[in-house]
Amino acid sequence: MKRAEFVIIGAGPAGLRAAKSLLDAGAKVLIIDRSDLLGGQLTKQTHMFFGSEKQHASKRGIDILKLMVDAIIEHENLEIITNATVVGLYKDFVIGYVKADVYYKIQADSIILATGASEKAIPFENNDLPGVYAAGAVQTLMNVYGVKPGEKVLMVGSGNIGLIVAYQLMQAGVEVVKLIEAASHIGGYLVHASKIKRLGVDICTNMSVKRALGKDHVEAVEIWKLDAQWKGIEGTEETLEVDTICMAVGLAPLTELLQQLGAEVKYVRELGGNVPVINQQFKTSIDGVYACGDVAGIEEASSAMMAGEIAGIEAALSRGYDVENAANRLNELREDLSNLRNGPHGEKIRAGLAKLGVL
Amino acid sequence: MDAKNVIICRCSDVTLEDLFELFEQGYTTFEELKRIKRVGMGPCQANTCGKMVQWEIAKYFNKPLEEVPFHNMRPFTMGVKLKAIKEAAEDEE
Repeated sequence: MKRAEFVIIGAGPAGLRAAKSLLDAGAKVLIIDRSDLLGGQLTKQTHMFFGSEKQHASKRGIDILKLMVDAIIEHENLEIITNATVVGLYKDFVIGYVKADVYYKIQADSIILATGASEKAIPFENNDLPGVYAAGAVQTLMNVYGVKPGEKVLMVGSGNIGLIVAYQLMQAGVEVVKLIEAASHIGGYLVHASKIKRLGVDICTNMSVKRALGKDHVEAVEIWKLDAQWKGIEGTEETLEVDTICMAVGLAPLTELLQQLGAEVKYVRELGGNVPVINQQFKTSIDGVYACGDVAGIEEASSAMMAGEIAGIEAALSRGYDVENAANRLNELREDLSNLRNGPHGEKIRAGLAKLGVL
Repeated sequence: MDAKNVIICRCSDVTLEDLFELFEQGYTTFEELKRIKRVGMGPCQANTCGKMVQWEIAKYFNKPLEEVPFHNMRPFTMGVKLKAIKEAAEDEE
């Protein structure tokens, strides 16, 4: 069986940054990713990032991705397998993956999981009609493949994904009829919300989808007001003519591989669902297995990059590699990460991490 | 709401009405629902329906989400052809 000392599963911001740390330490690295493109969600993020200068604030996601890939791609110690889905992770650190219908196995010494998250959905009547999408899928269709998802859209959810994808739909010439949010306040950054508001999009809180209407595809949607218990109020229905319902209702960490391995997971609502129990080093309950990025709790690309770098350095140290200036760099990264989480938008993350015992 | 028009598991065509019926029959956990109705056993392996199933159990039995266990996850995370597994095993011999 093929052997690899460090295997990183997932080539998004966390995985790519972990690879860089390990390569810098002199280790050999194998990255496996399901997609044909490196970068995970960054491949479709055409908007500029906020936050710290050190994590490339004011650059676009796709440009940050290019920098991250350029920083490692020519490295002689790096092997990348794309279009390959890891389907099994076993207790003896055997990794099973499928590429082009062929099943392969690799024996790893250390595994870094950076598998990211999947999109949540909400149940409503006729939710199987064509035209009902998750927002991330719409973003992929538009920004990666150049395909318009529809002409008139209802956006459901006012987190940053809902707000940003609503704006990008408008950039693509699609009409965003309304943006609704079940909670009583807008979830994402107000700067994103005011941008679409200025372009004339009505943002309504305390509202949800009652049902989709249409024969062979979405032709309209009925929305209604919610009470304090998030139950729909009869008589408040409103019908909108749309051909697309776009759900941006949250992300859930993709922990299935960790659970196959028997790593301890815990349900933490604030972090998006089941998350691995990790320590300050981003090590899971199993020695030699690390989890970073959204799989360890839903945050954002900037924190995924920092988490990836920390996990990479820690994984290298744990196998006896010499990392230049490791203590200082780790301190600096942990401080940056905690600064990023200190704002009002980090409140949920901090509560979640406290439940997990990491804070 | 007409629960028979709400699809929970689109891989195995399980509706919200199906879930309600099973709850009434005394099946209260994800593991049981999975065995009876195959919910979460299709190509998505509960990545789309799983959270909704958990949520519906929590709502129906009035439990906090933290107390509703998710289903057990085993290899594989997606369909793999038996031929591919056989060939990989032969290569090893």
